[in-house]
Amino acid sequence: MAAEKPKIEIKGVRDGLLITVGDRGDWPAAQDALLETILARSEFFRGARLALDVGPRPLKAAPLGRLRDRLADLGVTLWAVLSESPKTQETARTLGLEIHLARPRPGRVVRPVDTRPRGEEALLVHRTLRSGMRVEFAGHVVVLGNVHAGAEVVAAGDIIVWGHLRGVAHAGAQGNAAAVVCALDLSPTQLRIAEYIATAPPRQGPPVPEMAAVRDGQVVAEPWTPKLK
Amino acid sequence: MPGTVLTITSGKGGVGKTTATANIAAALAQLGKKVVCVDADIGLRNLDLILGLENRIVYDLVDVVEGRCRLRQAMIRDKRLPNLFLIPAAQTRDKTAISPTDMVHLCDDLRQEFDWILIDSPAGIERGFRNAIAPADQVAVVTNPEVSAVRDADRIIGLIEAEEKGPARLLINRLNPAMVRQGDMLAVEDVLDLLAIDLLGVVPEDDAVVVNANRGTPVALDEKSRAGQAFRNVARRLLGENVPLLPLEDESGLLQRLSRLFGRGD
Repeated sequence: MAAEKPKIEIKGVRDGLLITVGDRGDWPAAQDALLETILARSEFFRGARLALDVGPRPLKAAPLGRLRDRLADLGVTLWAVLSESPKTQETARTLGLEIHLARPRPGRVVRPVDTRPRGEEALLVHRTLRSGMRVEFAGHVVVLGNVHAGAEVVAAGDIIVWGHLRGVAHAGAQGNAAAVVCALDLSPTQLRIAEYIATAPPRQGPPVPEMAAVRDGQVVAEPWTPKLK
Repeated sequence: MPGTVLTITSGKGGVGKTTATANIAAALAQLGKKVVCVDADIGLRNLDLILGLENRIVYDLVDVVEGRCRLRQAMIRDKRLPNLFLIPAAQTRDKTAISPTDMVHLCDDLRQEFDWILIDSPAGIERGFRNAIAPADQVAVVTNPEVSAVRDADRIIGLIEAEEKGPARLLINRLNPAMVRQGDMLAVEDVLDLLAIDLLGVVPEDDAVVVNANRGTPVALDEKSRAGQAFRNVARRLLGENVPLLPLEDESGLLQRLSRLFGRGD
């Protein structure tokens, strides 16, 4: 359907080429239009480093991985995927792709989170984060799974891990020292709250749910108990 | 029924991917399955050496992909097992000589003729890994019981999940029971706790592996070797049998381990 065909814009940026796929049309149509553009000028694109702006489309790992492989077949290296969709951003990160060009895109200012009233924005990560994975969010982050050693969670707000926390967690990353980090097993490689940095002592005995916070200029972890009294 | 593609990978180099590929393939072939190994480690081929088939190579994987020979011409039949074949890697090219799409097409052809297609992945997380993983139906991640290998295994398991090829299963290679007992090596339970993934098998450290590899005979065909027994058990698990883990320690060690398990009570 010609009417549904998204517009493909190509421009040169410092790190290679940036292709912006217009918002019209679904993903298969967008991918076809993109590949068509590249095939039509395959000699020009061979060896290119490509950043792709997919707009608000939420993309899963399988289609994005396939596109990357198709592009690789054409001699094009996909190194970044830009999107407003958190789903697409997460997918791109798990595939090891960048989600920003070197400089932040204009018009996308990350809102600082300095107070925590009800209804604050949070990112739910319903999976285990393995070594090499990184989640960064300008709000709170909840991980339903483990954070393994070698993985990183960075949040402007609080971090809650329903599982082992063995990687690096940075809560209050934009300077909020009132942020907290909670985990069922709080054994991080390193814990940061705002500008305070701590490492966890070796655990004695079975893990209990704990919460870490800054008290008198130090990161302190305490067993987490619901405040019933 | 079309065959199953099993990719054997690790992230870290030197943990025993190629040894595992050769031995699982030999064990499956010994159990009567028609098996082909594909060496996807282009530029650093080894699988032909372990199988003792180096001097028979005429055509390789890149020749097939680039159309210089037919698939059948690149298959080398094993000396001992008539239903075991090898498609060797090219030694004079690199990972970019083939693409993930090429591997998918190749394996689609092989599935028609073989029960099992085993792909020996190169180390690393780059193009060679993506080539090896693209056609996989199942994935085995090989690791050693040491922190760096386990960390790399974790990274690769995450990438396998991202490619939607999971869940991968774990093969712990080169476990030294005496060192585990002294607390100098990660135990099987420690590795499983760190990686949170299903176990496919545990292969004990065994000098026979090196001896046999140097002779070009897979240790899985050595009836007396404990590592060989472990690889044969892995093959039976792949065929869906429920085979208990090999007791890795001598009797006194086993008793200690049991008492520790009961004593822990959690």
